[in-house]
Amino acid sequence: MPREHDGGVRPAAVTARGWGWRHAGRTTPAVNALDLDIRPGERVLLLGPSGAGKSTLLHALAGVLGDSTSGSSTADDGGSADSDDADESGSLLIDGEPPRAQRGRAGLVQQDPETQVVLSRLGDDVAFGAENLSVPRDAIWSRVHEALDDVGLAHLPLDHPTSALSGGQKQRLALAGILAMRPGLILLDEPTANLDPAGVLEVRDAVGRCLDKTGATLVVVEHRVAVWKDLVDRIIVLQPGSATQPAVLIDGTPDQVLVQAREMLIAAGVWVPGYVPPTRQRSPGGLAGARNQLDVAPGQLLLAAEGVSVSRERPRRRGFTSVPPQPVQRNITAQVRAGEALTITGANGAGKSTFALTLAGLLPPIEGKVSAAVELSRGAGIDPYKWRAEQLIARIGTVFQEPEHQFVTGRVLDELQFGPRHLGHGEERVDELLERLRLTDLVDANPYTLSGGEKRRLSVATVLAAHPQVLILDEPTFGQDANTWAELASFLSELLDAGTAVVSVTHDQEFTQVLGGTELKLGAPELRAPGVGPSGVGPSGVGTPKAATP
Amino acid sequence: MRAALTIAGNRALLTRANPLAKLAAVFLITLVLALSIDWMSASVALACELLLFPLAGLTLTLLWQRGWPLIVAAAVGGWSTSILAPDSGGILLDVGIWSMSEGSLELGLGFLLRGLAIALPAVLLMSCTDPTDLADALAQKARLPHRFVLGTLAAMRLVGLMAEEWQTIGMARRARGVGSRGNPWQRLRATLGQSFGLLVQAIRRATRLAVTMEARGFGGAGRTWARGSTYSSLDVWVLLGGLAIAAGAVVAAVWAGTWNMVWLEGP
Repeated sequence: MPREHDGGVRPAAVTARGWGWRHAGRTTPAVNALDLDIRPGERVLLLGPSGAGKSTLLHALAGVLGDSTSGSSTADDGGSADSDDADESGSLLIDGEPPRAQRGRAGLVQQDPETQVVLSRLGDDVAFGAENLSVPRDAIWSRVHEALDDVGLAHLPLDHPTSALSGGQKQRLALAGILAMRPGLILLDEPTANLDPAGVLEVRDAVGRCLDKTGATLVVVEHRVAVWKDLVDRIIVLQPGSATQPAVLIDGTPDQVLVQAREMLIAAGVWVPGYVPPTRQRSPGGLAGARNQLDVAPGQLLLAAEGVSVSRERPRRRGFTSVPPQPVQRNITAQVRAGEALTITGANGAGKSTFALTLAGLLPPIEGKVSAAVELSRGAGIDPYKWRAEQLIARIGTVFQEPEHQFVTGRVLDELQFGPRHLGHGEERVDELLERLRLTDLVDANPYTLSGGEKRRLSVATVLAAHPQVLILDEPTFGQDANTWAELASFLSELLDAGTAVVSVTHDQEFTQVLGGTELKLGAPELRAPGVGPSGVGPSGVGTPKAATP
Repeated sequence: MRAALTIAGNRALLTRANPLAKLAAVFLITLVLALSIDWMSASVALACELLLFPLAGLTLTLLWQRGWPLIVAAAVGGWSTSILAPDSGGILLDVGIWSMSEGSLELGLGFLLRGLAIALPAVLLMSCTDPTDLADALAQKARLPHRFVLGTLAAMRLVGLMAEEWQTIGMARRARGVGSRGNPWQRLRATLGQSFGLLVQAIRRATRLAVTMEARGFGGAGRTWARGSTYSSLDVWVLLGGLAIAAGAVVAAVWAGTWNMVWLEGP
């Protein structure tokens, strides 16, 4: 039983002896024969290729892995129709007791900020965990204040709406929510994968402060080693689950592991500090003869935005009147040219994605206009938003940040053939894309069951199957391992040389460097009226977008 | 994107009343109005409700902005009743199959007023009640199971997200070549596909939210409450107010001889 009133935290110890877990309906275990001792107060970074069971281990330690006898699965593992029971072997203990029997001993923060928030007011959300542990009321509120202070959110009022927080703030809120439970073990499952660079540091620093203060044990799973290297004192590398091999591949101090296992980590797609994966260099015109099937001269203007104001919201109804939405960004001017890259950068909430979607013919501009040149429109009309869907995909392809949003079938091959079938041509390109993006072995798989990197490659391939002249990508490298990153960057540089225009919304400077071209930097978000969507938090002011040519 | 019926920034008196007391008062008024369709009871109730609006932080402008679909629906209901109900008394209007008589106009007016008088307390309740406070009251005072109440509350928060997700999925599918324009059949198919996409995302989100809640110790037998749901003397006044409006409406209607419990008389 954790001590309730002394205000202190008792750091937890973790022991695993031959622990293994097989998810219901799977033939190979997610984790096999794990032997591990984590001392109280130790800070561990858990690495390994996707499929190594890192999340499974964290869920087990948090006590939220489904029952091994009932076969129910709680992990976000894509699921399976098979009703085979999940299977647990060996033992996994926190302070000598099963995690399940000790609610609140371990606290877990997951990847998706939206689902880390439980309640709609800031203070209530932090209090939620403490309430569930039956902490007395007065103690709860002192814990809430302390936790908010620790994560740097104390400047916000307790009734601040959680929906108005940024991604980084939501993750810090989630951290505050578990700190209020006074856990001896803090578990972080890729807590910064969905955040921009500023958000990543925000969360990392908050975690560091809290650990320094409480002395709690930490286990964090994350691809980007550089972010966490100085905060942890041990790195454990797991290998993909198999029936015979033990789970732990390498275990040691960060310096030791990063030197000893550098090559292996690089091969596994881990972002090793000081290493940028090699990518294909741009050679404009180099492939023009062989690959340019688009019949458009490089540099030809395809798509232009003039004085565009953007918003995702539709006009709101107020009685009989219709109120136009408040734009998140005004007066953007940009040009998209064949064979050239355009990178859209700027702070969170500056309307980067919204502008990309407007450029892509998916949202109507609030003011100004987006117009397609005849070389792109080929008789479909000047305004991409008015094109029919089949007309759109053969001209402008858009890859969304979340690949799952774009899956429309239940099989990888169908997914790729979908566009060409609707267009009535281009099916011969499917095999080439399968090959090029290493999806050949997955043709029969269900898209939802793929790994993060596979989903990303598939979503790019499906959009390219319709052979668009303009490709628009929203944060294509978010949360990707180094291997997928390098493949994607190389592939896009090839497309550019072949005459495709590539527009990407990204924070990733290395990625921008590989693609070259023009950068469009959007200014601070427009100040919104209070109570209307996200507001009030960030710096206010009118955005002044400016294009800079390197 | 967010629902307009929120209490953000509302500091009016009734926001401090216990949600259960407000719910009970609204229930009393609604019950009485559901018993009779006469213009007298409805207009008494409606007049009282309009007087109470400032206490809930509402103005007529805000009311119109938030409640206009209900007001329009009540008006349409009243209009169609007055032209479709059996005629009695002098004929006021006669256009082909539609006719409006004194009797049917009275019935239609009763319908309109009753619709408004039933709808407005709901708008009023929503305007001055926070869903979290309502959940607290339901679990602590009405003793509903806390797992059910808090689970519903957390899920409600996802509904707002789902509205945004719906829009995103619609755009994402258009970017895959699935049109949402065209003839009704194509539109229906597109909507079904989009709904399926939303369902998949909703289940994934809900699963992750459930893990989040479980990881924060949710689901045990006992728990404490950071926010106590308490009754105050204000709640007595709220209940008495609801009772007074309900009783006033009945007394006025019986006194005026318009009390009319329709279904007891048969057709």
